[in-house]
Amino acid sequence: MLLAGGQGSRLGILTRKMAKPAVSFGGKYRIIDFPLSNCINSGVDTVGVLTQYRPLRLNTHIGIGIPWDLDRNIGGVTVLPPYEKSEDTEWYTGTANAIYQNMEYMESFNPDYILILSGDHIYKMDYEAMLSFHKANNADITIAVMPVPLEEASRFGIMIADEDKRITEFEEKPEHPRSNLASMGIYIFNFKTLKKALFDMKSQPALDFGKHVIPYCRDHGSPLYAYEFNGYWKDVGTLNSYWEANMELIDIVPEFNLYEEYWKIYTKSDIQPPQYFADTSAVDASIIGEGSDIYGEVYHSVIGCGVTIGKGAVVRDSIIMNGTRIGDSSRVEKSIIAENCHIGKDCEIGFGEDIANDTAPHIYNHGLVTIGEKSVIPIGTRIGRNSVVSGITIKTDYSNSTLPEGSTLIKESEDI
Amino acid sequence: MRAIGIILAGGGSSRMGELSRERAVCAMPIAGSYRSIDFTLSNMSNSHIQKVAVFTQYNARSLNEHLNSSKWWDLGRKQGGLYVFTPAITAKNSSWYRGTADAIYQNLHFLKNSHEPYVVISSGDCVYKMDFSKVLQYHIDKKADITVVCKDMGLGSNIERFGTVSMNEEYRIKEFEEKPLHARTSTISCGIYIARRRQLIEMIEQSAKEERFDFVRDILIRHKDTKRIYGYKIDSYWRNIASIEDYYSTNMDFLKSDVRDYFFRQYPDIYSKVEDLPPAKYNAGAKVRNSLVSSGCIVNGIVDNSILFKKSYIGNNCTVRNSIILNDVFIDDNTVIENCIVESRGTIKANSTFVGDGNIRIVVERNERYVI
Repeated sequence: MLLAGGQGSRLGILTRKMAKPAVSFGGKYRIIDFPLSNCINSGVDTVGVLTQYRPLRLNTHIGIGIPWDLDRNIGGVTVLPPYEKSEDTEWYTGTANAIYQNMEYMESFNPDYILILSGDHIYKMDYEAMLSFHKANNADITIAVMPVPLEEASRFGIMIADEDKRITEFEEKPEHPRSNLASMGIYIFNFKTLKKALFDMKSQPALDFGKHVIPYCRDHGSPLYAYEFNGYWKDVGTLNSYWEANMELIDIVPEFNLYEEYWKIYTKSDIQPPQYFADTSAVDASIIGEGSDIYGEVYHSVIGCGVTIGKGAVVRDSIIMNGTRIGDSSRVEKSIIAENCHIGKDCEIGFGEDIANDTAPHIYNHGLVTIGEKSVIPIGTRIGRNSVVSGITIKTDYSNSTLPEGSTLIKESEDI
Repeated sequence: MRAIGIILAGGGSSRMGELSRERAVCAMPIAGSYRSIDFTLSNMSNSHIQKVAVFTQYNARSLNEHLNSSKWWDLGRKQGGLYVFTPAITAKNSSWYRGTADAIYQNLHFLKNSHEPYVVISSGDCVYKMDFSKVLQYHIDKKADITVVCKDMGLGSNIERFGTVSMNEEYRIKEFEEKPLHARTSTISCGIYIARRRQLIEMIEQSAKEERFDFVRDILIRHKDTKRIYGYKIDSYWRNIASIEDYYSTNMDFLKSDVRDYFFRQYPDIYSKVEDLPPAKYNAGAKVRNSLVSSGCIVNGIVDNSILFKKSYIGNNCTVRNSIILNDVFIDDNTVIENCIVESRGTIKANSTFVGDGNIRIVVERNERYVI
């Protein structure tokens, strides 16, 4: 059961019209490709994807699951949105509530185990190994954990386990952590245990795994185990961590290696042609997706599919998503430009000082410029750091063709 | 569309030299991400031909691998779909396909069991875009028995490996010569035909009875005066790749922006098997000029005026110039490659030099590949 209904509001404009799991990552992928590919690579071929927030992009991306080989006669992928009932209709109010509302789906397969995943992390993990661990320990619940630096541990749910990895206690975002094992939000439940807990707790508002279900199971004596994971795992919940995770892919041999033969990441690819480099191009330390045309210069950047970088344009330390066009002679520095944008000629994106954003400094920071999908930036515009722009902007939206550092320019278009 | 499709993909080609030693010409990689047969398959799919048969014979391993699923071309349908016919020993027959007409004859059940009134036949080793429904409409308007797609290659072009046609002012074909040494016209047959299904069955059965096996010689040329055979002239891009020179120049055509635009950006698309490769990666020291690079490549050196197919690795301080590097090639550090075609899955040792002088050199290197 893959939880993909959350907005991911700290990704700001990127998740304005799509759920966080649908956001592009690493040139050609979307975030949900990683847990979905892990599933099929681990032999999990029955996957329910729970959607709620703005599911259109997710629905069209997943389809019937062909790219992940999840188009099956038995099982396969099923998208599970919230639905109306004869009484007590509600949205998915919490992670465990969403699972509870899909009891019928789970029961139809009569499973022994349920794997609960969230659709917003970048990692490669063999869930089959985790299940073997679960079985070997006769656990009721196994929680995947990873060691984090002790000073950061207070940002996570922390598990305290004995030497047999049996969880004795846990704390949610503790001030003085007693362990460095952070929960990754990945659980394996014995289906009977899960079913009983969900039915017993069903009237709890905003039923949540970490807050309600796991404590309930512990109190009722279910054996809980911690499965330690030591690979790469990245929460891309903020714009800066999202940008960093993309940039890490560029390293010579990145910690998270997409080029491994035996743990492929699958995605829906609409664009197949090779990429073209013109005589005027230069490229260094970058990854670039299919069908992009590079006439300008690209340094230390992640470029998606079907992107055009105009002649004389310079893109540095940036993420450019699918289908975006960067006009001739523009400069783009440390920016995240979402899908299908059009940046006019002679623009300068990402200039100036690190001045805090005027509306949402907790989202737009670290000097990143963020431009929402389908935006248009007119010719010769300058946009300062920590700014955010979205919508079809025209010359008169800017004073003197300049958007100063830390500004917000979000234009509502006609459609929603 | 009211037609079924047949793709003749049987051939190897002596003109392809070592490149077709291990694969049929139709499986030759083209333009970085495609294989030759993708163009015909996509054209048929985009023309709403729902039922397509591919006839293979010569070294079909990589072709069969490529055709492992019909979903890439949207031919995974309940009505129709993609069929691959290889020669088979039966109670009545124990021979290979002895020619193109024989290939159709040996699979005549496919024609007989279909209900669509027309058949589109195309060779699988051509690079082109075509809406077959327009050709079919022309075929119907002309009340033709067979329509042959033709192209004027222009004076002075080397056409001695093609069939040439001469038409009257109504585009009825008057002369048809197969591979003439001295061509009297520069208009050639593109190897794309439309015929009425029942008519075709009749002609194929007739020539099989007479032990004649070639579609062009024994059907088109023999019937040119008795049947209404018309030419459909195209002036859009069309290239056959079945010689090393043409293979090289067709690939290099894709470095031109108008050709890329025509095939990659204009509707409809050309489809190919999806291989789930990561985006191409450029490390420090990479310099890429006027080149195509496909997914899964890792580039550390200089690439100039070249085409890198999928999953190529170009080592540090390498120079690749005017060359075609086919799929999954590993080129170790300090290597120079100029005017070459490097065969798929090759591994080139560090500090090597391969330069084609005058001609295009085919490089087949099978060294031990060390994992970096």
